Amino acid sequence: MSVVEANPVVRKTALNAVHRQMGAKMVEFNGWDMPVEYPASIGCGIVAEHMAVRTGVGIFDVSHMGDIRLAGREALAAVQHISMNDASRLAIGQAQYSALLYPQGTFVDDVIVHRLGEDEYLLVINAGTREKDFNWVRDNVRHNTRPFDCKVEHLSDDFTQIAIQGPKGVDLLQKLTDANLSTVKFYWVTRGTVCGLKNILMGRTGYTAEDGFEIYIPADEATSARVWRQVLEAGKEFGVVPCGLGARNTLRLEGCLSLYGHEISDTINVWEAGLDRFCKMEKADFIGRAALEGAKAVGVKKTLVGLEMVDRGIARDGYKVLDDGGREIGYVTSGSPAPFLKKNIALAYVPPGQAAVGTAVKVEIRGQRVKAQVVPTPFYKRPKKA
Amino acid sequence: MSYPSDRKYTKEHEWITADGTIGITHHAQDSLGDIVFVELPKVGAEITAGKTFGTVESVKAVSDLYAPVSGTVTATNEALATAPEQVNKDAHGAWMVKINLKNPAELNALLSAADYEKFVSEEAGH
Repeated sequence: MSVVEANPVVRKTALNAVHRQMGAKMVEFNGWDMPVEYPASIGCGIVAEHMAVRTGVGIFDVSHMGDIRLAGREALAAVQHISMNDASRLAIGQAQYSALLYPQGTFVDDVIVHRLGEDEYLLVINAGTREKDFNWVRDNVRHNTRPFDCKVEHLSDDFTQIAIQGPKGVDLLQKLTDANLSTVKFYWVTRGTVCGLKNILMGRTGYTAEDGFEIYIPADEATSARVWRQVLEAGKEFGVVPCGLGARNTLRLEGCLSLYGHEISDTINVWEAGLDRFCKMEKADFIGRAALEGAKAVGVKKTLVGLEMVDRGIARDGYKVLDDGGREIGYVTSGSPAPFLKKNIALAYVPPGQAAVGTAVKVEIRGQRVKAQVVPTPFYKRPKKA
Repeated sequence: MSYPSDRKYTKEHEWITADGTIGITHHAQDSLGDIVFVELPKVGAEITAGKTFGTVESVKAVSDLYAPVSGTVTATNEALATAPEQVNKDAHGAWMVKINLKNPAELNALLSAADYEKFVSEEAGH
């Protein structure tokens, strides 16, 4: 029996049939039937897809991501209350990385907050936490000391979200839109006609540690399939390839971007995760702030570090991290070969005393203690354009 | 894909020749995706039919290698340490270990090329 049969609620994006037609290997991810990689016969596979994004362009169906819209007179106050970054700094058309926190200062989810209008914000959230996030946002907007004057809408099923990622991503999308993308800075959005569809939201955002755009088009199957094919066609001159969740994971890991359930979760706080720079303690009160103040005074017991394997072996999620003497000190949150860096890397939680760059540790791999060391993060940083 | 008829196959997707050369099948490498690491036993190690004798790792996942039959390892393909992608390129040529068969009759219990091909197509149909 297959996973799909065992779980009748597994969901499909509007591009599901297209992925299958292209021969993608499908897996269940957070309740979604998603492509993990496309076949070698069309020049794909995780490594090829990863390299395309680092050196050219790749496209991803990320329609499983969720979208929550907050609009109304007190939309900013509501966003400020429920998220840790300072949304008052956003100009219209600007976006920021942020997170929704529990009162304990741990993560409901990480989000990208887009300011779309004077009193209009769009939160882009993770697939596995869609319902939890929406309920949490709605409840906290309603049940503040007094409800915020702000409408909360769950738009997740309205959009097919396609990520066009890589140094050539901007050139590819520019062929398909009348919007002048050269004026759109990283973490800003614009609107324009895309593949004949009017008023399409395009954000210069992504989850690959590379330049690129994410576009939000109507979620009907015919439109989604047409745009997907047009993007692939327009990208031929740049060597575009379709990319699955496998490459998405290795790309984000090289860039040290957190994944919910791995580096961040409801038991890990902001300081432990090292996301201090996105948490603005100086802004007005927000959910989780008081606990974070306390946690800061106490100090963290574990901290997220980057590891590079010194000896042969690949650290995987959940593997134990040992000190040089063999005592267990932490665990790997994400580990994989890094296709572009050609090293075996991992993110891991260890005590702050063993977090300094250069610290020698070991990772327990199927009973063997394999040498690794703490290295600077991010593992990969995209080159600045001249 | 046609599978060479000069060898036998397992339902765990290994192949073995009559002289005891063992590898993984084309289907196995295709399911795994980009292979980045192969961990093999040392020369002299005893391997036991149906038990794991090594691992093969793709970017995404770790998979065990199961011994098709019992025997003693006489050689390992050291080229795979630096070029594991050979398994993707030519699964039926990129052997992993050679063994001295403990009991050659064990080979009779394994799948023929035609049976393996049928097994794989049935598996894909589910």
